[in-house]
Amino acid sequence: MMRLPPFTYLAPLSVGEAVRMMADHGPEAMFVAGGTDLYPNMKRRQFEPKVLVGLRGIRELVGVRGEATTGLVIGAGTTLTDVSEHPAVREHVPALAVAAGLVSTPPLRNMGTIGGNVCVDPRCNYYNQSYQWRRAIGFCMKKDGDICLVAPGSSRCWAVSSTDTAPVLWSLGARARLVGVGGERVVPVASLFKDDGIDYLAKARDEVLTEILLPPVDGLRCAYLKLRRRGSFDFPVLGVAVALSLDGGRVKTAKIVLGAVASQPREAVEAGALLVGERLTPALIAEVAGVAARPSKPLDNTDLTHPYRKKMTKVFVARALRRLAGLPDSPENEEEVA
Amino acid sequence: MSTEEFSVIGKPLAKVDAWEKVVGAARYADDFFLPRMAYAKIRRSDHPHALIKRVDTTRAQALPGVYAVVTGRDFPAVKFGILPVSQDEEALCTDKVRMVGDPIAAVAAVDEETAEKAADLIDVEYEVLPPIMSVEEALAQDKVRIHEYGDGPNIHKAVAFEFGDVEEGFRQADLVREDVFFYQGNTHLPMEQHAAVAQWSPDGKLTLWSSTQTPHYVHRALAKTLQMPPAWIRVIAAPVGGGFGGKTDPFSHEIVVARLAQLTGRPVKIGLTREEVFYCHRGRHPVLMWIKTGVTKNGEILAMHCRSYVDGGAYGSYGVASLLYTGALQTVTYKVPRYKFEGVRAFTNKPPCGPKRGHGTPQPRYALECHLDKVAEQLRLDPAEMRRRIAVDEYTKTANHLTITTCGLRECIDRVVEASGWREKHRKLPYGKGVGFACSSYLTGAGLPIYWNDMPHSGAIVKVDRGGGVAILCGATEIGQGSDSVLTYVVAEQLGIDPKDIRVATADSDLTPVDLGSYSSRVTLMAGHAAAQAAERIRTLLHEAVAKKLEVAPAELVSRGGRVFVKDDPERGVSFAEAAVLGETMHGTLACTGSYTPPKRAGKFKGSGVGPSPCYSYTACVAEVSVDPDTGEVKVDRVWIAHDVGRALNPLLVEGQVEGSVYMGLGEALMEEQVFREGLHKIPSMLEYKSPTTLETPEIYTILVETVDPEGPFGAKEAGQGPLLPVPPAVANAVHDAVGARIDEVPISPEKVARALELKKQGKPARVGPERLPVFKFPEPVKVASAFGEAADPSVKRKTQG
Repeated sequence: MMRLPPFTYLAPLSVGEAVRMMADHGPEAMFVAGGTDLYPNMKRRQFEPKVLVGLRGIRELVGVRGEATTGLVIGAGTTLTDVSEHPAVREHVPALAVAAGLVSTPPLRNMGTIGGNVCVDPRCNYYNQSYQWRRAIGFCMKKDGDICLVAPGSSRCWAVSSTDTAPVLWSLGARARLVGVGGERVVPVASLFKDDGIDYLAKARDEVLTEILLPPVDGLRCAYLKLRRRGSFDFPVLGVAVALSLDGGRVKTAKIVLGAVASQPREAVEAGALLVGERLTPALIAEVAGVAARPSKPLDNTDLTHPYRKKMTKVFVARALRRLAGLPDSPENEEEVA
Repeated sequence: MSTEEFSVIGKPLAKVDAWEKVVGAARYADDFFLPRMAYAKIRRSDHPHALIKRVDTTRAQALPGVYAVVTGRDFPAVKFGILPVSQDEEALCTDKVRMVGDPIAAVAAVDEETAEKAADLIDVEYEVLPPIMSVEEALAQDKVRIHEYGDGPNIHKAVAFEFGDVEEGFRQADLVREDVFFYQGNTHLPMEQHAAVAQWSPDGKLTLWSSTQTPHYVHRALAKTLQMPPAWIRVIAAPVGGGFGGKTDPFSHEIVVARLAQLTGRPVKIGLTREEVFYCHRGRHPVLMWIKTGVTKNGEILAMHCRSYVDGGAYGSYGVASLLYTGALQTVTYKVPRYKFEGVRAFTNKPPCGPKRGHGTPQPRYALECHLDKVAEQLRLDPAEMRRRIAVDEYTKTANHLTITTCGLRECIDRVVEASGWREKHRKLPYGKGVGFACSSYLTGAGLPIYWNDMPHSGAIVKVDRGGGVAILCGATEIGQGSDSVLTYVVAEQLGIDPKDIRVATADSDLTPVDLGSYSSRVTLMAGHAAAQAAERIRTLLHEAVAKKLEVAPAELVSRGGRVFVKDDPERGVSFAEAAVLGETMHGTLACTGSYTPPKRAGKFKGSGVGPSPCYSYTACVAEVSVDPDTGEVKVDRVWIAHDVGRALNPLLVEGQVEGSVYMGLGEALMEEQVFREGLHKIPSMLEYKSPTTLETPEIYTILVETVDPEGPFGAKEAGQGPLLPVPPAVANAVHDAVGARIDEVPISPEKVARALELKKQGKPARVGPERLPVFKFPEPVKVASAFGEAADPSVKRKTQG
């Protein structure tokens, strides 16, 4: 079987202790929360930390606090199961409950945390392979090599952002609290990411993501759709998060965020803007979906083909908007249902 | 005989090993821990095709904790392989590697971590050769050669047969139709990864525990490759955590741990990673197929001509048999008076293909059943009714000289038509919903052994203890399918005792008589017969002794309910334990053997050895699907499947086999595929090699049809493989019924369905599938007169009527 490399596990009991440990051990150390992604990656030698700073024992990181009307606060150490089953999350931000509930499998959601999912290592099927496989094909720049195998002429890494929850949080306008040795800061989830498969988080090494802060819910409608081969296990190969608020039947605010089509979640800004001030008619939805698919630039490094994922972006955006408008999924069924 | 006459047969009992499996007490090969045990790791090739220029083990040898490092030079220069005609594998490659994952060197070390580190420290120098990654490439050129043997450059085997004049049949036909299909390769994906433990005794004898379906063939391969007397080798199959054909070859790692154990004087274990299991493979061959059929306006087949272009991978494995199986069983389902088959298996630089559940027959079954669906559509016939009309008759011969005994195909068709509401659904459901139909047949044990011999295919010993306990010793291998249970039921029925009073010891070359292994759906029939015969002989001895004591004739006695008693006077009798004492007193130690050799019914032509079987199972299937026209996603909502199993020795286990087959068939139909990129397996992991989960598994309605075949023990036929066969084409035909798209290749992925629907919108044929065939000149066909319609030989056992 595949074995874990040797490492030292540290078990801090507070965030302060955790960030100090991380600062002390420098680049040899990594944080681990649920470990559902990190440990398999270590077995494949994608990560080779000498020290792991475990966040599991830090109680302040766990739990959903506050009211939806003033803004829920979700501890980054809350398991995906607990997020997906939380009554206030389900009622007020159902897209987040859905996204958390679609991550991997039930046992892994019982271990994996929302913080871990937001920060999950971008994936690529040239990279998420064993050491021996990567040696055979030639190492890539994300680990042990210096080229990108999916885009050999490229100077950057094109690994795919594979988080389900981040596109939803971005669409909702959520913020993230980061705590490091130098103090703490709160940033929009939208600015937590960078479009690079290696350097994908705008977060210092010693900073811990401690909380997700949701804005107050006010007439919000949201949806998350995930494309993948099976109903369980699989990472997204396309995620579509839509959040909008209505005012007298017209769209007041709208954000469409695409997941798994770039190295970071990608907001379809132009498409969102087209919705504002308008009624959600089938014609507008079709137009917006076409525009929303433009920033979708998948490459051939995940399951399903990239032209198909690009094509499905349009279908999924339309479907998400149609659901929020109370329309049936497919325009072909429209009359039947109406 | 009705089921009521039996005490054990036909009852839904739990498996005899259910408890140990459920509570995790079963000891699989990887659960063996022996004192002083070392761990092995194999260094595998990084290149799909290369010459090995140098292997330097210096750095690995120097690593603390390493006990031994071996290369191909540390083994006798002898090749091995499952078929005598394809001895093309080495324990460790010496001069050449033929795929990424080919074994080059191996390490034994104090623990697995050290072994892995040492394996990575082995320096291998290659001279890289151009890889051949498809059957088209293999057939197109002759400059680069993967092997030096075969029927041509990169051609492992090319065959052609013609039974009757097919051209004449086509001339007489109302409709002649040709289609091209592709069936993508896929792998077994057993939950248990292969593992083996080897131990040498101080007197120089070897014991190997392995997760294998065929310990007897591993025994032979070890004797050959280690150049040792077979008498000094003991092979024990540990409980197998799923095989499906992936553990039916002898493997490099089994030979390697044996040699490492010899060199280190320690027991040595190897447990393969999931990725290495993908390299062992021996799974479904990718096959490109062409089929041409001439039919009357009622759909009756006058002639059929099939071609298979088979992508074999890097080694022979079972390939010659696999190739022949792609042409052997088309005639066993439907009446085909004239039949021609041409096939070629090419070598490519990919993990070797071999037998996966249905061995070589799901691919042509997909082609045939999708093709017949198109024929029915073109003739405006109901596909189920058409199949019913052309189903074979019992006790007849096929064009290619196979003998059919019982056949429950028409009943299977009727039962699924009825249960599924076929007539109300086919071509009548709303857009996006559809139903599809398909049938199949499969052999119950190969009629011929892997290596030529006239000995039995299966043997058993039944031994009775003075306390009434019974032991069965049999070479059969329990791979989760329930073979230990079947042996128990058969013996319990014969002796009239509780299955719980029986112990089974199986698959141990020192202690158990040879059974050829758990492949070709042979165990229930062959080992079942052997055990039944041994038990019957024991019963005769017991009855003789009890008869003397009770002063009656032996023929007046029956064994039932744990007693031996006078049939007409049940009060007069003794307990089974007392009978055992009487028996041993009269006869001495009570142990009898039984064995089974299948009837010799192969046709008198070269290549006739693949296809014959004592009897064939039959299956009919309806799949109901929903297709999302926007995304092309196919959801299978329900599957109805009727299977002629002869007799269900345990209906619970048969249903389990049928459901498992449906599940596996759906994986092949919808998502599983072995794909390669730059010479490497693209997705060698459980996460990225997509196989369905419980969420993709629909409601399965299983119907068992019992024809009580005279060839099977208590009338039983096979259940482990046949039910997979109709599932992929039933799904494909349902997709067509739902949205009008023909997907002529598996897997039926969402992108293919979406592409077909896009073509339809553009006014083009809504079909996705192969467009052309490689250029290849098949050999002149072996011409044999068709045996179609002949009655089975008088020597064939028949059902007693009434």
